[in-house]
Amino acid sequence: MSAVNPQPPPELVELTIDGHLVMVPKGANLIDVAQRHGHYIPRFCWHERMKPVGMCRMCLIEIEGVRGLPPACTTTVTPGMVVHTQESSPNARKAQEGVLEFLLINHPLDCPVCDRGGECPLQDHTIAHGPAESRFVEEKRHFAKPIPISHVVDLDRERCILCARCTRFADEIAGDPLISFVERGGHSQVLNYPDDPFSSYFSGNTVQICPVGALTARPYRFRARPWDLEKAETSCVTCAVQCRGEVHSTTNQIVRLLGVDSDAVNHGWLCDKGRFGYEWVESPARVTAPMVRKTADDGTSELVEVSWPEALDAAAQGLQEVARLHQASSIGVLGGARGTNEDAYVWARFAKGVLGTDNVDCQLGDGLPAEVVLGLPRATIADCDRARSVVLLAPDLKEELPVLFLRLKRAAQDLGVKLVEIGATDTGLTSLAAATVRHLPGSAADVVGRLVAAIGGTASGDGRIDAAAALLGDGSDVVVVLGRPNLAEPADATVAAAAALATLPGVRFLSALRRSNVHGALDMGLAPGLLPGRVSLDDGRDAFTEAWGSVPEGRGRDGAGMLRAAADGQLHGLVLLGSDPMADFPDRALAERALASIGFTVVVDGFLSESAKRADVVLPPAVWGEKSGSATNIEGRVQRLTRRVTAAGRTMDDWRIAVELAARFDVDFDLETIDEVQSEIARLAPAYRGVDSHVINGARDGVVVPLAPVTVAIGRRRAAATADTDAEGAEAAGTEGAGAGASGVEAERADTADAAEAGAEMPAAGPALLVWDRSAPAVAPVTRDSYAVRLVVARKLYDAGRVVAQGPSIVDLAPGPLLELNPSDLEHLGVIDGGTVRASSSRGSGVFTTRSTRGVPAGTARLAHNQPGDDSDLVDIAEAVTDLRLETVGASATVGLSKGGAR
Amino acid sequence: MTLQETRLLTKRMNDRPADSFTMEGALATGAYDMLRKALQMKSADVQEEVKTSGLRGRGGGGFPTGTKWSFLPAGLYPRYLVVNADEGEPSTFKDRELMERDPHQLIEGIAISAYAIESNLAFIYLRGEMAHANEILTQALADARAKGFLGQNILGSGYDLDIVLHRGAGAYICGEETALLESLEGRRGMPRIRPPFPAVAGLYAKPTVVNNVETMATVPHIVSMGGAEYAKIGVNRSTGTRMFSLSGHVNRPGNYEVELGATFRELIDDLGGGVTNGGTVKFFIPGGASSQWLVNEHLDVPLDMDEVGKLGVMLGSGAVMVFDQDTDPLAVAWRLVKFFAHESCGKCTPCREGTGWEEKILYRILHGQGRPSDLDLLLDIGDNISPGLNAPFSQTTICPLGPSSVSPIVSLNKYFRDDVIARCTPRLVTMLTGNGLAGNGLDGGLHR
Repeated sequence: MSAVNPQPPPELVELTIDGHLVMVPKGANLIDVAQRHGHYIPRFCWHERMKPVGMCRMCLIEIEGVRGLPPACTTTVTPGMVVHTQESSPNARKAQEGVLEFLLINHPLDCPVCDRGGECPLQDHTIAHGPAESRFVEEKRHFAKPIPISHVVDLDRERCILCARCTRFADEIAGDPLISFVERGGHSQVLNYPDDPFSSYFSGNTVQICPVGALTARPYRFRARPWDLEKAETSCVTCAVQCRGEVHSTTNQIVRLLGVDSDAVNHGWLCDKGRFGYEWVESPARVTAPMVRKTADDGTSELVEVSWPEALDAAAQGLQEVARLHQASSIGVLGGARGTNEDAYVWARFAKGVLGTDNVDCQLGDGLPAEVVLGLPRATIADCDRARSVVLLAPDLKEELPVLFLRLKRAAQDLGVKLVEIGATDTGLTSLAAATVRHLPGSAADVVGRLVAAIGGTASGDGRIDAAAALLGDGSDVVVVLGRPNLAEPADATVAAAAALATLPGVRFLSALRRSNVHGALDMGLAPGLLPGRVSLDDGRDAFTEAWGSVPEGRGRDGAGMLRAAADGQLHGLVLLGSDPMADFPDRALAERALASIGFTVVVDGFLSESAKRADVVLPPAVWGEKSGSATNIEGRVQRLTRRVTAAGRTMDDWRIAVELAARFDVDFDLETIDEVQSEIARLAPAYRGVDSHVINGARDGVVVPLAPVTVAIGRRRAAATADTDAEGAEAAGTEGAGAGASGVEAERADTADAAEAGAEMPAAGPALLVWDRSAPAVAPVTRDSYAVRLVVARKLYDAGRVVAQGPSIVDLAPGPLLELNPSDLEHLGVIDGGTVRASSSRGSGVFTTRSTRGVPAGTARLAHNQPGDDSDLVDIAEAVTDLRLETVGASATVGLSKGGAR
Repeated sequence: MTLQETRLLTKRMNDRPADSFTMEGALATGAYDMLRKALQMKSADVQEEVKTSGLRGRGGGGFPTGTKWSFLPAGLYPRYLVVNADEGEPSTFKDRELMERDPHQLIEGIAISAYAIESNLAFIYLRGEMAHANEILTQALADARAKGFLGQNILGSGYDLDIVLHRGAGAYICGEETALLESLEGRRGMPRIRPPFPAVAGLYAKPTVVNNVETMATVPHIVSMGGAEYAKIGVNRSTGTRMFSLSGHVNRPGNYEVELGATFRELIDDLGGGVTNGGTVKFFIPGGASSQWLVNEHLDVPLDMDEVGKLGVMLGSGAVMVFDQDTDPLAVAWRLVKFFAHESCGKCTPCREGTGWEEKILYRILHGQGRPSDLDLLLDIGDNISPGLNAPFSQTTICPLGPSSVSPIVSLNKYFRDDVIARCTPRLVTMLTGNGLAGNGLDGGLHR
């Protein structure tokens, strides 16, 4: 099966540049194809991911038969075009030198103290094309500088050359047109609107694409000189999109992360949380030495720093004790989504092969069942660019997977892909959606069922559903972005909706689970009933028993099940792998009871979270930037992670900790290096078959697992086992035009049918990959009484998680515990926007500041998950939905809901 | 024989000066008769008449109007007619008079033109400062709607048209047609990259014709006398009459409607009453601030767009500025360049940075701190904005605003080079050193 709508190869036309005849795609952008063929035309305003504007005039060239000096960046190649760049046209060269002189006359010569000095296009072009001497003897233009335009970005208007890259990015790419040109002529300047900061989730990208030092990032300002930086390409693992980036360090400190342009994933963009989120790595709050709980003579106990052998012994003994007193299945392993694939694999092997428990889950009741994520036909991010329509059954991607939001925004805005949004409240993509189906929280399965029926020809009678159905056609060429939209209800309704959508022929699913490497952890078997490589416990039993010695007998509990069991006294030992149930689990009271009931807890975590503070043993892991490995993103793309700084203190890679613990159970994993772990995964895990260290380190844009069965032409630096034909191969053939971000990746896709057919070319076939049987729990609609509002708990980009809480530059950006309500509900309640209400559920209550939001329908309320200052406890995961009664507090306490009071 | 005005466009306002701007005054002098006539013709025939008339755009470019209309892609609708009433070229004031004193002639011309190009919606982009014209046009448009000259089924013809009056916000650049369209769409007024041209993708990305006020006001007269008859007026390819805004050192400044082919001398002496105080013409600007200059010896050049073009200047917007023997050309050049620097929109580099630099250098020379090399520096800066320093302009910029700023410099060099260099003597500069006029740049470069 091929990818969604594969595109025919472009028609080639002849182009002569400086006397060289080249064949380029018809309709290509001249400045782009010239560069691809080795003719670099200097430019400032042109950016390959944005529409050309032709403003800076640096790329003026001559075209035979065309009057004057047109800019290359706005020129579309036509057949037989003969172009003279600055290399062969004295006129073009003079014009370019003139433009450079114009740009320099008012540009301050403060390069020695400019962040950009040393990596500045203006400097570089001045060396290459510029005048050696200044003819400008007048006074330069002056502005107050620098001025903050957002929390993280400073603007120096004197350095600005007004290329409009930042303003165009904000408008066209991010959809946050919060900065703009003001004044005109020589007084032109970029500025935010008065009292309205450039508060975009993507503001840091403007710093990266600024061709001078006009926009600087406060976390990086004056911290390094570019020539001192040591650089390594890696992935950002702040969320599960895993954008490609380049981490820079100096004097063994990470100082910044830049986006790397990956056609497949992020197009060079990063969100601000990812870009500036590296600060937590160097947080003084990091745990950098192992700790063991010791009881003093007075009976109080505290965590005390000890040596690794002592801590590992204590952990192993504690777990052995639990197994001896109870049984292996009374131990649970919770977490692992924040580590690398290698960490997850070795921990899965330790948990399932050594401890012998299947109570393993990398999700904390805040995701979707592993079978649903792994067992549906998968789509890549690029598939969304070519799909007929994309169904959004997911939380607000702008808040949770920001760069996926950018990709879908582009697909809808520039590529004509129809978005069909199904959800309880508006999201960042609502304004771009071709159809929106709103439903009460907890009722997704109902509307999706009617939608699927409407696609099948049974009109629902609901205009919005039928309109959405019309956009989905017969259901083919549809990608469903599937996530967990609401933490105030169980996943059941979403699972049932997914089961219904999965009946559409040819439909593919793109997971929208958020936590960094959750897809890698699921793939590595950190989920109940699963073994590494997307196989079920039963299907993989024979193969893994042979490799590991043993695997658990039956399916264990998932994250919520473990906590419930612990609270009920049925789980006695717990290993927390970088997870903090107190913060991450939607039902805080249950998490608290569970942790209080556990007999023995080992925590592998870089911070003393609320959960870690209760541990018996704390083992500190090395974290992102400090260790190598690989990670798998939402589309199943495995990309390498690179170590750039030495691990803090006495921290150790997670997987090594598992190896050491296994040794204390007299099991020798015989794993010494990352390469060895990767080889074992490539050998044993069916979906990762062949994906060893050569592939992971060799494929520039990573590889989507499972690998395609065919080997096609690959570029240099590509590993032979991949079927990866994107950017590089296409580039060599000159087939990639500007903005053709979607090109490439087609041949990278694979599926089980092909793999089976072409088995001869693959390594020996192993256990069958998991296929979800679409068994979904029955979801009965729950009536909402008219005095209540139904709750949606969803994440905001900035929350109380460690990346934000431990990052001084972004910690203030978390909005806090706001309860968003429809203006009409606030009016009924007699509360002004920003007033406070008490919200009470069947579980508990809390006092919240309200925000009036039209995007939240009447009868629905939205609360941000895990916000600083929120100690409320509203969600009971045993309930199908969470309904809130609202009442006013303070001076207006007597005013209840006008419908009759909320009490 | 002295030159007389040829009154086509200015006939009504001269015949009924008291009420030419009212519906009553207009109807009494035959207004909208030509609309009635045009609506009985096929739209293609109206277009053909305009083509035959040889009418060329009166805004500055001088492009044949009928040809411009024919660029609209066939079969693509809606189409828009946008009337450029953003008359901002310094010393040009003809459109304002046409709008204030004879709005119905303009509306009739717009209606006929819109019918000819099969557009059902027209826009007048009015210069923001023209508050009086705004009032007059608002009233006139309301009256025309009330009388059924605009709206649905105009005069029973089945043709619908409305005209939207939009006031600009005071930017010269919005007289450039693509910047005008940007502004009309509600965005910052900055020129667009062409292609696509407005005829293909203009206002709201639809096929659009942008025409000047005077061009539109001429159309009813072409319908009235027929294109061929109209083409007999004027000279060569410069057919018809044009409004000239005469200003500067003349005794009777003002708008004069003249049959093309007369000379500058006739315009200045016969209609303008000669140079003030019996003086002589030192130099004059023949077609608005953007044009290069002419001097005394060129006074007998005919008002013919092509003849004038041969001298590297243009009739442009029809603004003739006359300067007498006592005028300092350097001061004039500085003031004109200051205007362009002030009005540069800032979109493209050569204009944004270059015009300001030119202005600073001219200011420095004007205030006695010039260097002998400064004029050549100015020319080289100009060459980097308008390579070759030619007219019509070649340009490194998006629109002609930047190259326009080079015109005064080229003219200074052409006619007054020695004077300018003489004012850049080191002695004078040394005397004035230290007064801070030119900021920090005086060292080193001074005595070069």
